[in-house]
Amino acid sequence: MNGKPMAFLDSAASSQKPEQVLEALDHYYRTQNANVHRGVYALSQIATDAFESSRRTVQQFINAGSEREVIFVRGTTEGINLVASSFGRTFFKAGSEILITGMEHHSNIVPWQLIAEQTGAVLKVVPVTDSGEIELDVYASMLSEKTALVAAVHVSNALGTVNPVEAMIRLAHEQDIPVLLDGAQAVPHMKVDVQALDADFYVFSAHKMLGPTGFGILYGKEKWLDKMPPYHGGGEMIKEVTFEKTTFNELPFKFEAGTPDISGAVAMEAAIRYLEAIGMDQVMRREQELLEYGTEKLLAIDGIRMYGTAPHKAGVMSFLLEGVHPFDLGTLLDKMGIAVRTGHHCTQPLMARFGIPGTVRASLGIYNNEADLDQLTEGVIRAATMLR
Amino acid sequence: MTINEIQDEIIEEFGFFEDWMEKYGYIIDLGKNLPLIDAQYKDEEHQIKGCQSQVWLQADMEEDRVRFTADSDAVITKGIIALLIRVFDNQKAADIAHADLYFIDKIGLKEHLSPTRSNGLLSMVKQMKYYGLALSAR
Repeated sequence: MNGKPMAFLDSAASSQKPEQVLEALDHYYRTQNANVHRGVYALSQIATDAFESSRRTVQQFINAGSEREVIFVRGTTEGINLVASSFGRTFFKAGSEILITGMEHHSNIVPWQLIAEQTGAVLKVVPVTDSGEIELDVYASMLSEKTALVAAVHVSNALGTVNPVEAMIRLAHEQDIPVLLDGAQAVPHMKVDVQALDADFYVFSAHKMLGPTGFGILYGKEKWLDKMPPYHGGGEMIKEVTFEKTTFNELPFKFEAGTPDISGAVAMEAAIRYLEAIGMDQVMRREQELLEYGTEKLLAIDGIRMYGTAPHKAGVMSFLLEGVHPFDLGTLLDKMGIAVRTGHHCTQPLMARFGIPGTVRASLGIYNNEADLDQLTEGVIRAATMLR
Repeated sequence: MTINEIQDEIIEEFGFFEDWMEKYGYIIDLGKNLPLIDAQYKDEEHQIKGCQSQVWLQADMEEDRVRFTADSDAVITKGIIALLIRVFDNQKAADIAHADLYFIDKIGLKEHLSPTRSNGLLSMVKQMKYYGLALSAR
């Protein structure tokens, strides 16, 4: 890129895709393309089988209790909007509290603000410490009989903090409060077992985990999904339609109106197979190694400050260089073939909490290596001499 | 000098640079040396918001010429502002409003004026031309 070997360090925004995922897309469109759950003909059955096979693979990958609990959506954002709209309309009333954390992505803030406006519910925010963590006792003290839902990020996209979600869920469940986790930055980097976590809802995107864009998963416990009205109306989600009344299809199809992203589902399955072949434990081990390596190298640079210094972190290094605007640093790094994200990372309230306009964020994927991080640190040093 | 004469002069200057490093080194120097905007204009009213960096722009008439001052929180943005001011400052309002701004593309900085860059520069150019249009109508 820009005439230099590229160090791609923006996997938290979107990952690169392996050959197998591209092949799955190609294979689907060349040999399996037909609408699903419709035709009596063989090709439609082949497409349906491929589509539903992906659902089983996702179910096993996150250890969901049943395929009925795996809803195909466009991504994390749509998944959260679905729950906010459908669960919120059913269970929120005036004075209900939605508890989020101060490190949420805008996708886990704005949908709740929209439904809060409609229902009279209010948003409560667990504060973030200087190291970029939440304190469990503060969190626990904010749970009450008014809390209708906890919606929290599993791994922070801006800081890399891995939140203590097991304890958070346990504390919420002690008071019968359901919990939604935004797992967009967690599922690509570690083993996630939704039943072991006991999450009520868990949402993530395919494109951050080697899969295609525009595809994602909403996991929800059947006991909640059954009580929730459909989000979108249309084909597929119905059982019977008359002009007087429509009855709805069963789970998961109740929430999947219209022709779904069939190729997306097929390619997602290929991405999961690829990750499973490596093993999620191995993925995590390798990324932790790189995180330690990169953090140490960056911290050796004069005037660098890391944002997000929790002991338990995923592969995100968010930093600023004293006296240097993140945009300037990002621009020069780009010229050196280093792809990092600069700005507020869609977490403006979190940046405001730290009193900064944004950070430079280097984030890791399984294809990164030490050479990428060497290139990054050398680039930062070179940019620093130019900018200061 | 006319707007186009200044643009051609800048293109010629940038032609001497061997690589991006020298080019950006020069832009950074321009940014660091941009005359300060009067503190009173660094307010909400004069601010052009970009997602990545902020820009402040202020314009005045001096006889039949438009005078600009500006600032940014990012130094590369500020350097490009310095170039834009060199082109548009002390020109006639109507000439600014109708100018074809081609030097940015020619010196290889097109990406900085891309709508997706979100650094406030594109809005700043629009705002400078808008001032030109508004002031020429007086």
